[in-house]
Amino acid sequence: MDWVNAIVQGTLLGGLYALFAAGLSLIFGVMRLVNIAHGDLIVLAAYLGLTVVVTTGLHPLLALIIVIPVMAAIGYALQRGILNQTLGDDILPPLLVTFGLSVILQNVFLEGYTADPQKMDAGAIETASISLGGLSLGILPLLTFAIAVGVIAGLQFIFYRTPLGRSFRAVSDNQDIAQLMGLNKRHIFGLAMALALAVTAIAGILLGIRTSFDPTAGGARLIYGFEAVIIGGLGNLWGTLVGGVILGVAQTIGAKIDPGWQLLAGHIAFLFVLAVRPNGLFPRVSG
Amino acid sequence: MSDSNYTVSRASPAAKGAAVAGAVILIVLILAPWWAGRADMRLMGELFLYLALASLWNLMAGYAGLVSVGQQAYVGFGGYMLFALTIFGGLHPVVAIAGAAVLGALISVPVAALIFRLRGAYFAIGTWVIAEVFRLSFAQISALGGGSGSSLPVDIVRSLSSSRSGREALSYWMALGAAVLVIAAVYLFLRSRRGLALTAIRDNELAAGSLGIDIWKTKFVVYVVTSALTAMLGALIFLQKLRISPDAAFSVNDWTAFVIFIVVIGGIGTIEGPIIGTLIFFALRETLADLGTTYLIVLGVVAIVVMLKAPKGVWGYVRERYQIQVFPLRYRVKTDSRN
Amino acid sequence: MPEPILSLNALDAHYGDFQALYGVDMALDDGEVIAIIGANGAGKTTLLRSVSGLMSNAADQIRYRGQPIGMLRADEVAALGIALVPEGRQLFPSLSVEENLLIGGRLKRPGPWNLRSVFELFPVLEERRAYPSTALSGGQQQMVAIGRALMSNPDLILFDEISLGLAPVIIKSIYDALPGIVGEGMSAVIVEQDISKALSVSDRVYCLMEGRVTLEGASNSVSRDAISHAYFGID
Repeated sequence: MDWVNAIVQGTLLGGLYALFAAGLSLIFGVMRLVNIAHGDLIVLAAYLGLTVVVTTGLHPLLALIIVIPVMAAIGYALQRGILNQTLGDDILPPLLVTFGLSVILQNVFLEGYTADPQKMDAGAIETASISLGGLSLGILPLLTFAIAVGVIAGLQFIFYRTPLGRSFRAVSDNQDIAQLMGLNKRHIFGLAMALALAVTAIAGILLGIRTSFDPTAGGARLIYGFEAVIIGGLGNLWGTLVGGVILGVAQTIGAKIDPGWQLLAGHIAFLFVLAVRPNGLFPRVSG
Repeated sequence: MSDSNYTVSRASPAAKGAAVAGAVILIVLILAPWWAGRADMRLMGELFLYLALASLWNLMAGYAGLVSVGQQAYVGFGGYMLFALTIFGGLHPVVAIAGAAVLGALISVPVAALIFRLRGAYFAIGTWVIAEVFRLSFAQISALGGGSGSSLPVDIVRSLSSSRSGREALSYWMALGAAVLVIAAVYLFLRSRRGLALTAIRDNELAAGSLGIDIWKTKFVVYVVTSALTAMLGALIFLQKLRISPDAAFSVNDWTAFVIFIVVIGGIGTIEGPIIGTLIFFALRETLADLGTTYLIVLGVVAIVVMLKAPKGVWGYVRERYQIQVFPLRYRVKTDSRN
Repeated sequence: MPEPILSLNALDAHYGDFQALYGVDMALDDGEVIAIIGANGAGKTTLLRSVSGLMSNAADQIRYRGQPIGMLRADEVAALGIALVPEGRQLFPSLSVEENLLIGGRLKRPGPWNLRSVFELFPVLEERRAYPSTALSGGQQQMVAIGRALMSNPDLILFDEISLGLAPVIIKSIYDALPGIVGEGMSAVIVEQDISKALSVSDRVYCLMEGRVTLEGASNSVSRDAISHAYFGID
């Protein structure tokens, strides 16, 4: 039963990792940009949530009403102001600029919030659980997983069923020809980053409720998100959810064997998939 | 009309002048234990090690297109190998440093086989995963102090030299030697056939591929050589520090972020860039270090601005402006006109 | 004299150090159809890329209804009512046939063209509306590319090598459809290697060679000899 429990808990944890990954996957899909500062932006959302909670007294989940639009606005401004200038055939500029951004964000957090770990208090929901066939399932992890499924379904809908998603795919296919359709790719990229950071806002708040975070917490979140994307297969959002679940389950099983093995087991699962299925389990885009 | 004789050579007056100046500077630096203070020598030693790290990262990212944000994997690995080989293997520290390089090369082979499956920017994050795996793995080894780390035993430190000033001079010379070795290796490598192939890859992967240059193999060789030398530098770094812990050994900030900033600011894809960048980095650090986190924010902003506005860095700007190169890699056509 | 809808005034175009167009002058009246012919590398595609904004030029070298547009981006040019049917069709592979057409119509300029009228022009596309655009034959893809450009209800449409790589019977059906498209007051520039096809649908013809205009005249009066001279530079 312990093992079943570990697998179930890991699956629910995978929902959080899928949320880390969804924004990363979206950005890569639309503009082939890999954002090294993605994890730090998740942590930024957590700090913003903390600030909102402390100043307004709102429940952390309600703070999303403020944090989501703020993060989306930051995303649009970041893309139009800086990142659009880095896009081209050379992979170095986006990589190094987002890497610089990551270092800046971490030190801004240090300056603004000190190095002490912080956490958001979500009240009773944090400890509430339901019993199911001998397993005790936390409400918060269940909610997180449900939100992850909802977010991915929502992104999938936007991508394949709306004019905005059509524009995303068109720009992703061929930037020049998309411009001929009257699409301003700079604006479309800005919208994509805004959407990605809106998702990141959700991920950051859920992270900040679930565990404590500090200014350097972003690196690990970037890596988890990245691993989920690669395990699932590039360009496949549902695959990303599966990737997150595999990562989460590997971690909880690793922790079950030895607490020191939790993170290592996740990385090893990733490297194993990379070794046997270099394109991930459900690849969609090639190249 | 004039009779013209063309001669093709790499040498330029600037390069010849720089070679003489370089030799003089090198001699002055070798003599540092007799003219420099203890603190200055420590600082210069650190500077040389950063210079070497930056030159290696530049070789990978600026020439081979392998952008790594996980070089701390090999710095930490080299440091831990120094401790393991001296404590458990009973080797002399200097031998252990060489051993760390060999082991670094060996471990980099399976690592490359895995992460070379990732393209471009995903390769970068893949290198970071590897560094994390190394960090978490070494934290599990209780014989090396586990998560809290360990110190180099006194008798091993003493085996370097019985006097403190002797040890300091020795570790200074080793750092200087490592920097000279790395820069010379990078320079000679880039002048070799394989190095020219590398520049061809950088300038156009498609064309280089169609010319029959085995891209994968060339990149693989660069990765392994860089890993070996980075592990050697890691061993030297932790021989100076005398204490190692997983967090210090595999710090992404110390061994990758700073190194990337040095190369970007100095000028990526040039041999001179990392040298200029290291000097700028240390000058900034020595003047702004009191500002703490603000200093790092400034550094990040400077790196982003340089990347956006002058992507070839300070040296690239100077070179474009004045057409000079200190380490001649390009051939020049010289015309001797006789009327 | 009414103002031309499009005029090129000593248009130069460069790819890095390579100059592709040298001082090209050209004028197109409202409702007129011109053909541009010339050998490979003569600069025909470059000319269309310049007009459509895919290449940046000096502002007043290209005027649209008297307004300088040389410096505008492609999306800004498209919004003014200029559409390009690019060489090689260049459909969006991740979009279905219908989505390719819809994205062409996203500018929502008023006019006769919409999904309905494009499907009437090319009925086969309606049957295949949900197909991925990559699943279509070359000729059908060309129909989507033309429909996609029409969906924006342009005042000026640019066709780049629409017969390239297609079977003769397909080319015929596409050219048969052209008068119905450009007859409704729409101006057109047709770049074509098939000289007789180009002459048959156009009012006037320009010939380019090595980036320069070597011939200009009414399509029904230029002689074969004049064309081969202008085309190949030989007598």
